[in-house]
Amino acid sequence: MAVEILKEKYRSTVGEVVLGATKDQGGTRSHTITVGGEGALPYLHFEGSIPNRPVVALEVWDMVPAEWDPLFEKYYGDVWSDPGTWAKKCVDEFGAEMIQIRLKGADPDLKGASVDDCIGAVKKVLEAVGVPLIVVGCGKPEVDNTLYAPIAEAAAGENLLMGVAELENYKAVTSACMANQHNIIAQSPIDINICKQLNILIAEMSTAMANRIIIDPTIAALGYGIEYSYSIMERARNGALQGDKMLAMPMIGNVGLESWRAKEANQPEAGEPSWGEQEERGILWEATTAMAYLQSGINIMVLRHPETLKVVKANIDDLMKDNSY
Amino acid sequence: MGLTGLEIYKHLPKTNCKDCGSPTCLAFAMALASGKASLDACPHVTEEAKGALDSASAPPIKLVKVGTGDHVVELGEETEIFRHDKRFFHPTGVAVLISDSEDVAAKAEAFEALEFHRVGMHYVTDMVAVKCDSGDAGKFKAAVETVAGKTKKAMVLITEDPAIMEAGLGVVADRKPLIHAATAANFEKMVALAKANSCPLVVKGEGLDATAELVEKIVALDYKELVLDSGARETSKVLADLTQFRRLAVRKKFRPFGYPAIAFTAKEDPREEVVQAGTYLSKYADVLVLKASGKQQLLPLLSWRQNLYTDPQKPIAVEAKLYDIGAPTEESPVYVTTNFSLTYFIVEGEVESSRIPSRILSVDTGGISVLTAYADNKFSAETITAAIKKSGIEDKVKHRKLVLPGHVAVLKGALEEESGWEVVVGPREASGITKFSKENFA
Ligand code: B12
Ligand code: SF4
Repeated sequence: MAVEILKEKYRSTVGEVVLGATKDQGGTRSHTITVGGEGALPYLHFEGSIPNRPVVALEVWDMVPAEWDPLFEKYYGDVWSDPGTWAKKCVDEFGAEMIQIRLKGADPDLKGASVDDCIGAVKKVLEAVGVPLIVVGCGKPEVDNTLYAPIAEAAAGENLLMGVAELENYKAVTSACMANQHNIIAQSPIDINICKQLNILIAEMSTAMANRIIIDPTIAALGYGIEYSYSIMERARNGALQGDKMLAMPMIGNVGLESWRAKEANQPEAGEPSWGEQEERGILWEATTAMAYLQSGINIMVLRHPETLKVVKANIDDLMKDNSY
Repeated sequence: MGLTGLEIYKHLPKTNCKDCGSPTCLAFAMALASGKASLDACPHVTEEAKGALDSASAPPIKLVKVGTGDHVVELGEETEIFRHDKRFFHPTGVAVLISDSEDVAAKAEAFEALEFHRVGMHYVTDMVAVKCDSGDAGKFKAAVETVAGKTKKAMVLITEDPAIMEAGLGVVADRKPLIHAATAANFEKMVALAKANSCPLVVKGEGLDATAELVEKIVALDYKELVLDSGARETSKVLADLTQFRRLAVRKKFRPFGYPAIAFTAKEDPREEVVQAGTYLSKYADVLVLKASGKQQLLPLLSWRQNLYTDPQKPIAVEAKLYDIGAPTEESPVYVTTNFSLTYFIVEGEVESSRIPSRILSVDTGGISVLTAYADNKFSAETITAAIKKSGIEDKVKHRKLVLPGHVAVLKGALEEESGWEVVVGPREASGITKFSKENFA
């Protein structure tokens, strides 16, 4: 009996965004990475084209991440005092496809790194690795707003992905990206309307920037509100395919950062014997979080544990196999 | 196949008597067609018509039960493709696989010991699968016997050889295990076994077409306690097939696929296996069979299942009130948090493990988390102060010292002013509470 395969007919596709720039293109990256372009729900190759793999990045800080679980020391302890060497290890040894440099040191309560220090950290990473870069601030808008323009300028031509722009605070980062042709992370608090509104505001500042937006719908870790982010992402992706241009951007999430805040990732086995071995549990907490977001349509994931990166890559390899009928 | 309103209308009495609550028979037919009404609402419909309309009023995916007593696992009866449209109803049955060629007793004991507590919830693996790898009926029977002796949980029996299946069923038929599987080669015998023992039966085809065909053959033998298996074992293929099962059943009321579906992991590496299992859990597996049985492997999976199957329309809240942890005195510390159950139970767990008798004031935030409520003005100096006054805490403790979640440290000043209490900023993550309380209150 021939089953009539049910393929959805979509009106539109997700926009494609190219990250990084090679020498010919005015940058210094060894290659570029294209994200987005889906014409189907996640990995349903039978109903539309999924031209680009989702991308896995590892995070690098411009200071020693004292708050990370001690188990990370064995992977990063030898390199985390220098963002360049740290990034190089992530790419060469662990297989990161992108690096996200988080300028945590700029936080006045932590290190109070100057603008020049931050530029220096970004440059070190640019010199150390050939992959495209994501640059985010310390998370305090008043500080981050002073960083965007000088960094965007110092890295002009590199076609960075910079962030984050939020509804109440998007102008500084948008103008910095606009002036130097970088891409932007537009972050909304798990709210589809705010997501659209912010994209519209950015597009109003510059129509060219509309094609350079990566949506961060805000994610939560497994067990800490993940289902809200999962559903918002599914809705955004459906909206994009149904033709809503202001939702038709690729999506990014800080999977590593969120997952490693969870108690389930950090609690030593002795403290909770019924949860099993800690590091394995932490890796799987992060990998399961990543798995869920792959199923809801994420395009770029910033991970933390090198072993998570490995297993998530293997899952992506599997998901990218054609399943046409 | 689903019937249209007009097709249904033909079978109704056409008297427009309104007893069903609809203004006309036609309106009722339309409501039936869109799944908004149930045929029982019309008291006048004939038995014949009922039979004919069965398919239109039946849920798109049949409810199938595995197991007995307190250990029944209900599968199917899902109505959605996306959880945000309504919700998913029957959480995927997660079955740990035990082969008759390994140390069955040890694995069964380890399985039975699996249970997890997190955030006020208790998770279990609800099924156990026993597979014949030995090709030996005696060995399989012994394995089934051993497992059945160690656990009362719902079982899946796996062999395509009807004689071996019969041996296994001989031991546990009364526990209504799920039989895996009827195939094109063995289905007559397997159906006979399933029928004789009234056990649910997996229909395993080779691809969607063959699966649909086999389902129809089995339905023609008058057996409908079925579960679907397209035979695929590669991640991407399984994802596609599970999606087609769900979509065709829900959207097209395609009857051959109107049953729950089963998926099997195929990865050898336990990490990859967990991620593969999670993929199937996300996308439409009603039963999942996996080899991984370590606590650290199952905890993330079962947590994801719990998250995925929550009702997106209503956040789970606890009563907003003052909670005693241990036997607090008038000197005991007071913590404040929201009444989002996830938040509350995380905090409660940590305060408990500090082993210092305490009180937790849970503020009514409409069941949302600390920062969400803060951003929405539901966790503010005013709402916390109101909760303090209402809770009667001021008569219960002598001190006036409140521990605030670190994420909302900015509220300290305003809250001190509004409430007259001294506010101590606690750690940001609740996991820091144990250490914090030892330093401040021990
Ligand atoms: C899920 C979520 C939602 C869900 C709400 C689910 C719910 N029932 O709460 C939804 C989608 C509805 C939502 C809505 C909004 N959200 Co929201 N949401 C989140 C998200 C992703 C996770 C929140 C969560 O569940 N965390 C898990 C719980 C357990 O955390 P928690 O309550 O904070 O508890 C932890 C600690 O605070 C601590 N703790 C708790 N109590 C106590 C007590 C003491 C004494 C101590 C010491 C510690 C402690 O322990 C816990 C574990 O460590 C976060 C971002 C993120 N990744 O965290 C944004 C976030 C909280 N949301 C945010 C916002 C802005 C909103 C909206 C206002 C957006 C809008 N639409 O305008 C709305 C609110 C409107 C409303 N009425 O709902 C912002 C808040 C920004 C800020 N700093 O003010 C966040 C941070 C996202 C962001 N980065 O922008 N949100
Ligand atoms: S109760 Fe039956 S006969 Fe009466 S109006 Fe409704 S559908 Fe028609």
